[in-house]
Amino acid sequence: MPFWQRVLGLRPPGPVTVIARHAVMTRVAHWLNAALLLVLLMSGLQIFNAHPALYLGEGSNFAHPVLAMTAEPGPDGSLKGTTWVGRNRFETTGMLGASDVDGFPTARGFPAWATLPGPQWLAMGRLWHFAAAWLFVLNGFLFAVWAAGRGHLRADLLPTRDDLKALPQTFLEHLRLRFPKGNAARRYNGLQKLAYMFVIFGLGPLALLTGLTMSPTMDAAMPQLLWLFGGRQTARTLHFLCAFSFVGFFLIHIAMVVLSGAWNNLRSMITGRYVIEDHHD
Amino acid sequence: MTDRRRFLARTGAAGLALFSLSGCTKLSQKPWVGSLLGEVEKLTRRAQHLFAGSHALAPEFREADIAPEFRANGTLDPGTDEYSAHAAMGFKNWRVTVSGLVERPLSLALDDLKGLPSRTQITRHDCVEGWSCIGKWKGVPLASILAAARVKPEARYVVFRCADNMSPAGAEPQFYYESLDLLEATHPQTLLAYELNNAPLPVKHGAPVRLRAERQLGYKMAKYIKHIEVVAELTPIAGGRGGYWEDQGYSWYGGI
Repeated sequence: MPFWQRVLGLRPPGPVTVIARHAVMTRVAHWLNAALLLVLLMSGLQIFNAHPALYLGEGSNFAHPVLAMTAEPGPDGSLKGTTWVGRNRFETTGMLGASDVDGFPTARGFPAWATLPGPQWLAMGRLWHFAAAWLFVLNGFLFAVWAAGRGHLRADLLPTRDDLKALPQTFLEHLRLRFPKGNAARRYNGLQKLAYMFVIFGLGPLALLTGLTMSPTMDAAMPQLLWLFGGRQTARTLHFLCAFSFVGFFLIHIAMVVLSGAWNNLRSMITGRYVIEDHHD
Repeated sequence: MTDRRRFLARTGAAGLALFSLSGCTKLSQKPWVGSLLGEVEKLTRRAQHLFAGSHALAPEFREADIAPEFRANGTLDPGTDEYSAHAAMGFKNWRVTVSGLVERPLSLALDDLKGLPSRTQITRHDCVEGWSCIGKWKGVPLASILAAARVKPEARYVVFRCADNMSPAGAEPQFYYESLDLLEATHPQTLLAYELNNAPLPVKHGAPVRLRAERQLGYKMAKYIKHIEVVAELTPIAGGRGGYWEDQGYSWYGGI
């Protein structure tokens, strides 16, 4: 099949089998999760903008942030945005540190199009963030319990020994944009399994726990959290890294979805139906 | 259109509005969205109380952990003639009154407060903006003052009224206020603090007396305290949401 046809994921010319790829629970949880992560990310950036700097340890060492976005007037009088990563300085006007809000250059960490709400509004950002966080945790918890109880976790998500042995091979094939076909396409490959397991059981819980560590009441209830993450400000920095790890996962995920058959993949996550070519292997 | 169709259309429209970026900002401006999202605050509060109960203590730190410079936020100097006059005299005539639903209203001079049994704690201050500073606070546990004033059974909240006017010059004055429920107000680490890092409280940190509520965010910890009022309801006060920032849309529950 030509490359473009594979990318589009249209029905191939030869004989095919249509399989039920994703359970209803998986599909509902997936799309809810996508919406909630978007709200969490954008409201999270709104909250970050209230103090666009990150630190390590328990308190904020204002003189030595690990990341900071600042704004000051440049030689021509216009507002210049600067991003500091440790002691490295990057000029990021228009994107980070300083960007236009309704046409006016404004000092702000992330630009208005990336935050929820758009203008600076910490109180509302917090309301969105915590509401979405509850649903995100509930959704993730229900999915995990269902996946464990119904055998989805064991049968489809836990990598097998063979998956792990084949990892280097699978990795190379992905780099060459050659994806499993025929019977091999019925199951997640080792890379997919590891990626999904990492996000569901690694990033998700880490985002939740580092988020809770920022709450002074939770720190009273469970001071172990501070010990675990090395202080509230380190937890905040890790929470930020979690958010951008989700973004990284999303970008790779979308690239893989598109390259391995956009329509076929998308449909399988909406209706559950997935088309497999019969004549391979 | 049938009801079902109309429902689907509206749900669809709401969904689209949510995912168009300006839509999110517009949704945020609708009062019902704010109050719906605000309902979550009650859930969060209940869940956190389940974990923390009434007595879990905020972590305390070592002398070595104290921040070299403790950042101040909010009002840095009330600047009124009355306040400046007090400051010039070292606050020796400053009084903190306790009134409302108590059997024995109190009026305490700064020296009276300093004469009461005190608690010293090295704790982390968490600003709602995201930063933290560690400092050493000395003050009188609010629980002992409330006990001395004998809180009436119908009391539910403690309101702190402050000397800093938040309105711009020329406008109707609006003084900072805050409130805690009795559970947080009588927590052993909740203090009327008059010292920071072994020195009298600086003006920018709320001289001469400020609140410390160590399981809460910074905006809950009123500075420049003049009056403490014990009440059953918060709705009759100012904007009715229990605090200056709460009236601007911030959550009353400041534990997260």
